[in-house]
Amino acid sequence: MPTKGPQLLLTTSPFLKQREDTAFLMWQVNYSLVPVLLVAVWFFGIAALLLTSACIAGAALPEWFLGRKSERNTLRDGSGIITGALLALTLPPTTPLWMAFLGGVIAITLGKLIFGGIGSNIFNPALVGRAFLQAAFPAAMTTWMLPEPGASLPLHGRLLALPFLKPDVDVITTATPLASMKFDAASTPVADLLLGSTAGSLGETSTIVILLCGLYLAVRRVLNWRIPVSIFATVALLAAVMYAIDPSRFATPQFHLFSGGLMLGAVFMATDPVSSPITQRGCWIFGAGIGVLVIVIRVFGGLPEGVMYAILLMNAATPLINRTTQARIYGENRRRERSSP
Amino acid sequence: MATALARHIETFRHGVHPDDYKELTHDRPIERLPFMDELVLPLSQHLGSASRPVVSVGEYVYRGQLIAEADGFVSANLHASATGTISAIELRNHPSGRVVDSIVLTPDPVSPQTLYNERSIDFSGLTPSEIVQEIGQGGFVGLGGAAFPTHVKLTAPEGKKVRFFLVNAVECEPYLNSDYRALLERYESIFLGIRVVLKALEAEIAYVGVEMNKLDAIELLKQKMPADLPCEIVPLETKYPQGAEKMLTEAVLDIEIPSGRLPIDVQVIVNNVGTVSGIGEYFQYGQPLVERIVTVTGPGIRRPSNLMVPIGTKLSDVVAYCGGMHENVRQVLFGGPMMGSAQRFLDVPVMKGTSGILFLTDYEVFPREEYPCIKCQRCVDACPVFLNPSRLGSLAKARLYDDMMDWHIMDCMECGSCSYVCPSNIPLVQRFRVAKALLREQKARESKDE
Repeated sequence: MPTKGPQLLLTTSPFLKQREDTAFLMWQVNYSLVPVLLVAVWFFGIAALLLTSACIAGAALPEWFLGRKSERNTLRDGSGIITGALLALTLPPTTPLWMAFLGGVIAITLGKLIFGGIGSNIFNPALVGRAFLQAAFPAAMTTWMLPEPGASLPLHGRLLALPFLKPDVDVITTATPLASMKFDAASTPVADLLLGSTAGSLGETSTIVILLCGLYLAVRRVLNWRIPVSIFATVALLAAVMYAIDPSRFATPQFHLFSGGLMLGAVFMATDPVSSPITQRGCWIFGAGIGVLVIVIRVFGGLPEGVMYAILLMNAATPLINRTTQARIYGENRRRERSSP
Repeated sequence: MATALARHIETFRHGVHPDDYKELTHDRPIERLPFMDELVLPLSQHLGSASRPVVSVGEYVYRGQLIAEADGFVSANLHASATGTISAIELRNHPSGRVVDSIVLTPDPVSPQTLYNERSIDFSGLTPSEIVQEIGQGGFVGLGGAAFPTHVKLTAPEGKKVRFFLVNAVECEPYLNSDYRALLERYESIFLGIRVVLKALEAEIAYVGVEMNKLDAIELLKQKMPADLPCEIVPLETKYPQGAEKMLTEAVLDIEIPSGRLPIDVQVIVNNVGTVSGIGEYFQYGQPLVERIVTVTGPGIRRPSNLMVPIGTKLSDVVAYCGGMHENVRQVLFGGPMMGSAQRFLDVPVMKGTSGILFLTDYEVFPREEYPCIKCQRCVDACPVFLNPSRLGSLAKARLYDDMMDWHIMDCMECGSCSYVCPSNIPLVQRFRVAKALLREQKARESKDE
C-alpha cells in the first residue's frame, strides 16, 4: 500500500486564489488607453504617436536600467508604461520629443522609483513628471494648437527640436477652452468639448472616449468608480451653484466637467490605486477634495487648469484620509473606537 | 435591525465570492465506505487535551465501544469505529503533520459490524445538564472542521443564558457537499438533534442557516419540518466565510459578537449541522461519533463522491475506493480549499473534523509571482472583520508585530479572504498566522515573567 503520495506540495491555506494579478490589472489600464491614444492620433496626427513613444521610452528606461540585475523585471508589470502613456496624454501636441522623454524619466525616477517602486509612491508618477515639465518648460507646456482631425502628417518642426535650443519653427497657436474662459470669458460649445475638436493636450480632447474607457475599467473592477463619480459630482455641484449666482462671470457646470484635463485626470489619474485612499469612504472624500480644488484653482487661481495640482494635493492627503476613515472593526465598541489611537 | 421574522436573504458584510465547484459531487448520494484492513484513531482529533486509552493491545472491541476517554473537561471520548482487534497503540502520522499517539484497530472481516450498545435514548425526562453529559458520552466534536468538543460548547458558563441556537448548514467552503448531503438525506436526525440541543440549552428557537446554492435543501427542510419544532430555515446569500460563527451570527440575527468574546456572550450557540445530525442519531439509536460524511472531490480524483467514512479510515484507502488520483495531482487537502490543510502522506486517517478531501492538480496549484502591494482595496473590501490587511501585510513583512496589535491583528480569524483576492499574490493570512502565533507566545512569556 502506498504511504507516500506523488510530489505533494505543503503550503498553507487558502489554496484557492482569484486569477487576476497585478500585472493583469495594469495591462488592462494600458489596453484601455489605446482608444484614447487613437483619438489623439486622429486629432493631432503622427505627433501624438511620437510623443507617446518618447514618454514611454523615457519611463521604461530607468525602470529597465535599475531592474536589470534583479531577478524580477518590474517593467513587465506594465505600470511604468501606464505612467509614460498617461504623461504623454497630458502634454501639448507641440511638445518637443526630448522634453517628453525627459518627463518620462523624471516621472518614473522621482515619482516612483525613489519611493521604492510600484506600490510605494505617494504621488501619481505621471503627474509628478508633468509637474516637473510645467515648472521647467512653462512656455512649451502652454503652447497649444488647434486639432487638425484626420490630417495626414502634421509633423511640426518643434517636435524634433534639439534639447535646450529655441525652435525656430512657429505654429499657429491658440488658447484652450479653459484659458479663453479664464482670460477672455469666452465659452466653448459643449458639443466641441465632448467630441474633442478643441485645443488641448493629447488626452484632454475627447471626453466621450475617455468616459467609455473608464466605464470599461470600472465594470472590470480595475478602477474604483467612486473616485471619478465623486469628482464629477463635486465639480458639477460647485459649478452649478456659482453659475446660479452669476451666469455672466462663471462657466456652466457642463463646461467645467467636459473641458480641460478633468476627464482624463478623474478617470485615469485620480484612480491610481497606489496614491488614492484604501477605504471606500476615503475614496469619496478624496474625490470630493479633488473636485473642490479643481474649481478653486480654475475659478480663483492664477492658472486656467487645476486638475494636476488638485490630484497631487489630494495624493498628499491620502495617508491622513486612510487613517481617519479606517472602518470600525467587527465587534468593536463604537465608543471605544473614537478614543483609541 | 432586521428581525427574525421579516427577512428575505440575509448575509454579513464584506466577504468574497469564490466559484463553488460544488457540482462535482452535488448529486452524489452518500455512499457507505466499506471497512478497510486497518483503522487509525489518533487520540488527539479535537481541540483540547488528548483522550486517554481505556483498552489494551490485543483486546477485541465492538463498534461504538469506548476505547479512549476524555482527559479533562476540554477533551472528547473516542469510540471504536469498527468491531475488531486493537492491534497497536503507537505513534502514527497525523493530518496536522505531526506524529501522534493513535489506537490502531484491525476490523474483524466476519463481524456484522452492529453497534455495541444499540438503544434509543429518551431525553424527555433528562435535565439539560444530563443531556449535555450524554452528548459528551457520545464523543461529539464540531464536525465543520474545528473539532471543538460539543459538550463543552453546550455548557453555558455560570449565569449565562442562551436564547438562540444557530445550526450552521452554510458550507461556504467551495467544493464541499457533506453538509448539503446531510440536509437532503439526514433531515430527520437533524430535526431530532435540534430538539435535543434546544432542550439542553433551554434556548428559545433554532435557526438553520443555509446558503442559496442549496435551494432544494431549503425547500425540503421547510417541507419536512415538524410543526411543533421551534426552528426556522434561514436562506443566506452564497458568500465566504459565512460559516464562521461571527459571520453566521451577523447574517442570521444581525448581532455582532464583541471583539474577543464568544457567541455565548450574545446569547447564541452555533453548531455544525453534521454535529447536530450526529447527536440526533445518537439519541435515536445510540450511535456515538464513529463515522462521518466526507466529500471526496476535486479535479485530481477519478471518482468524486460523498462517502460515509468510518473514523480512522486511511486517506490511501479512500483514494483507492474512489478510483485513484490523476497523475497531475499536486496537493491533497483535508477540509475545503479556503481553510483546509495540505497533506504530505497518504497514510493519515480521516478524523472527526475531516469534512472533505480535496485533490488539486497543477492547473489550480502553480507558483505565482508576488508583486508589491498596490493598495487596490480588494482585501479591505473582503475582510469580514473590517481589518486593513494591506496595512497589516506591510507591517508583518517588516516584522513590526507590536504595531500590528494596534491594527487589531488578534481579531483576524484567518479566513483567508484577503489572500484569496490579493492581485499581488501576497501571502497575507499566512503572514498573519505567524504574527499571531508569535504575539501569543510573547504574551504567554510576559505573563509567566510576572
